[in-house]
Amino acid sequence: MSEANRRMWTELGLDLQAHDQLLSVLSDAYQQIHLSQKNRPESTSYFDFVMSEIHCQRIGELLQEKQQGRKLVGSYCVFVPEEIVQAANATLVGLCSGADFAEEEVEKYLPRNTCSLIKSSLGFKLGRVCPFLEGSDMIVGENTCDGKKKFYETLRDLVPNLYVMDLPQMKSEQGRQMLRAEFYRFLEAMQDLTGFQVDAAALQNGIRMVNEKRRAIHRLQSLRTADPAPISGLDALLASQIFLYEDPRRFAREVHKICDELEERIERGEGAFPANAPRILVSGCPMAVPNWKVPHMVESAGAVIVGEESCVGERGSRNQTGEDGETLEELMEAVIERYFQIDCAIFTPNPDRTEHILDMAKRYRADGVIHYGLQFCQPYLMESFGVEKALEDKGIPVLRLETDYSQEDLGQLQTRVEAFLELLK
Amino acid sequence: MRTAGLDIGSRSVKLVVLRGEEIVHTAIADTGYDPRGVAEGLLDQAAWDRVLATGYGRTMAQLHFQAPSVTEIKAHARGVRQSCPDCRTVLDIGGQDTKAISLANGGKVAKFEMNDRCAAGTGKFLEIMASNLGFPLENFGAQALHAEGMQQISSMCTVFAESEVTSAIAGGADRREIAKGLHMSVVRRATAMLKRVSLTPEVAFTGGVAQNACLLRLLREELQQEIVVPDTPDMTGALGAALLAAESDHRS
Repeated sequence: MSEANRRMWTELGLDLQAHDQLLSVLSDAYQQIHLSQKNRPESTSYFDFVMSEIHCQRIGELLQEKQQGRKLVGSYCVFVPEEIVQAANATLVGLCSGADFAEEEVEKYLPRNTCSLIKSSLGFKLGRVCPFLEGSDMIVGENTCDGKKKFYETLRDLVPNLYVMDLPQMKSEQGRQMLRAEFYRFLEAMQDLTGFQVDAAALQNGIRMVNEKRRAIHRLQSLRTADPAPISGLDALLASQIFLYEDPRRFAREVHKICDELEERIERGEGAFPANAPRILVSGCPMAVPNWKVPHMVESAGAVIVGEESCVGERGSRNQTGEDGETLEELMEAVIERYFQIDCAIFTPNPDRTEHILDMAKRYRADGVIHYGLQFCQPYLMESFGVEKALEDKGIPVLRLETDYSQEDLGQLQTRVEAFLELLK
Repeated sequence: MRTAGLDIGSRSVKLVVLRGEEIVHTAIADTGYDPRGVAEGLLDQAAWDRVLATGYGRTMAQLHFQAPSVTEIKAHARGVRQSCPDCRTVLDIGGQDTKAISLANGGKVAKFEMNDRCAAGTGKFLEIMASNLGFPLENFGAQALHAEGMQQISSMCTVFAESEVTSAIAGGADRREIAKGLHMSVVRRATAMLKRVSLTPEVAFTGGVAQNACLLRLLREELQQEIVVPDTPDMTGALGAALLAAESDHRS
C-alpha cells in the first residue's frame, strides 16, 4: 500500500490495522474466487483493476472532488435517487455491507438475530474500515424493512450526518404521493447540502448520466441471455456491485467494452462455461461486495448464473428514467415514476416481483432458480414461499436457500446446491 | 466389472461393491477423526474397478481417490429405487443431516428439503440425548418404545432440548418418557420436511437412524401410513453410489 493511501485513510479516520486486515482478506478472496475462473473475457480486467483499487483509487477521486467543493453522499439502498444527487452537484456511492466485521462490537447495539447485511453495515462503521462512509458528507438511510429502520436509529448516534428517507409500503396512489413528497424533501436536503439550486437542465443532466450508466449494464445483462452465456455470473455480479460506487462515466465506457467482447464471443459461440452447464437465475436478497459465497459455490459446482433478480442486479438497475420533461416538475415526475416501480419485498402486496422473476427465468432461459434469502430477512424469506410456488406452477425447479455471511454452513449449502444441479440435469 | 459406492458420512463410512446388480461386498466403519484413512482402509480391503463417492466427505474422496462424486440426495434416491422400487418419497436421517426427497416417476429426484446448519432432529441429536439420559445409543429407541407416557419436549434445537431434558430430569420425570418425547420431536421435524416435498406413497426411511424402532413407530403413527425400511437402511447411499458408478459407465 502506498504512503499516499495510508495518509488518506488516516485522515479519513480509518482504523489502519483493521483496514489492512480487511483488504488482505478481500484480496485473497478475490484471487481465489474471481481470478481462478477459467475462460474469462479479457476485458473483465477492468473489474480486477477496480477491485484491486477498491479503497484506493475511487475514494481518492471522490476526495479530490470534495476538495473542489463537490459533496459525497453515501447510501444503503437502491431507492435513493442518484439522478437527484447528481443534479445537485454531488456524487452517490453505495456503502459497504457485504462482510462480517467487528461482530462483537455490533452485538452491543443489535440483537444476534439481525440479518448479516445490517450487521455488516454497522460493523463497518464501528470498525472504522469503510472509507466511503467516513468520507460521506451525508449518509442516506431509508425506511425499508424494520431491521434497517431500527438500525438507522442506532446509526444516528454514531454519525453526524444521517438523513432518513421515508418510503411507502403499498403501490397505491397514496404510496406514490408519499414517494413524491419524500423525493421533493430529498431534493431540498440535497440543495441545502451542496448550496446548488437544481433546475430542469441540471436534473436532466443527472438523469442522462445515470441512464447512460444503466444503459451499459442493461446491455451487459441482455447479452447473458445468450446460450452459452458469454460471461460468468460472478463477473456479471461484479458489474452490478461496482455499478453502485464506480465513476458513472468510466463504468459505462468500460462495461460497453466488455459488451463488445461478449458480442464477439457470442458470435463465435463461446461461453464462460461449457454449453451444457445448467443455467441458474438467482433471486432474492442483495449481495454486496464481497459477498460472493453462493455464486462462487454455484459456479464451482459447474452451473452458470445468468441473472440476478436482486437490488444488486436487475431489480436495482432495470428501468430508465424519462429524459424528456421540460420543467423540473415533469422531470421529477419521471424520477418518481422510475423508482416507484422498484418491487422491493417491503411492498405489500408485491405481485410485480413474482412477475419479474417469471419473466427473467424465461428471458435468461434459466433451468432453475435459486432463491437467496439472508437469515432473519423477513420480507424476502416470507416472499420466498410464494415465489417458489409461482415458479413450480410453471414447471421451473426452485431451491430456497437461507444463509448469512459466515462460513459455518458451507458443507450443507454445498450439498443442497449440488443436489439441485443434479436434479436439473 | 465391480463398481463400488463409498458413502463417507459424518458418523460412519459405508462401502458397497456390486457385480452387475448383485451386492458382493459391504463394509461399514466409524468415521472418527480420520475419514480419509477409514475410507482408504475400506477400499483397500475390497476388490473393485470403479468407485463413486457420496456423503459429506465426497469432495475429499474426489481429491484423494480421484473418485467422481454425487450428493447423498441423489445416492439415496438411487438406492431406494433399487431396494424399494415403488417408493416415491424418501426420508433420510443421517448423522448430521435430515433430508426429505420426493421422487419423480422413474426415480429421479424431483424436490428435496434438507436442514440448513444445525443438527436438530438428526442422528447426532439422538446420540447426545441418549448420552444425557444414560442410555446406550443402540438401546435408545427400544427404551423409548417401552415408555408408558410421553414427556413433551417442545424444542428441536439440540442445545435448547438439552436444557429442557435437564429440567425434566430435575422435575423427576421418567427417563424413558423423556426419551420418547425426544423421539417425537425428531418425528415432528421430519414430518414437516416430508410435507414440504409432498408425501406421495410409498415412503422409504433410510439412513442409520431408520434402525431406531421407536422413531419408525412414531413416524407411522404421525403420518398414518406405511413406511418402508430397506434391510440395511444405513447402506442405502453407498448402494445408490455403486449403482450410479455402474450406470455412468454405460453413458460414457
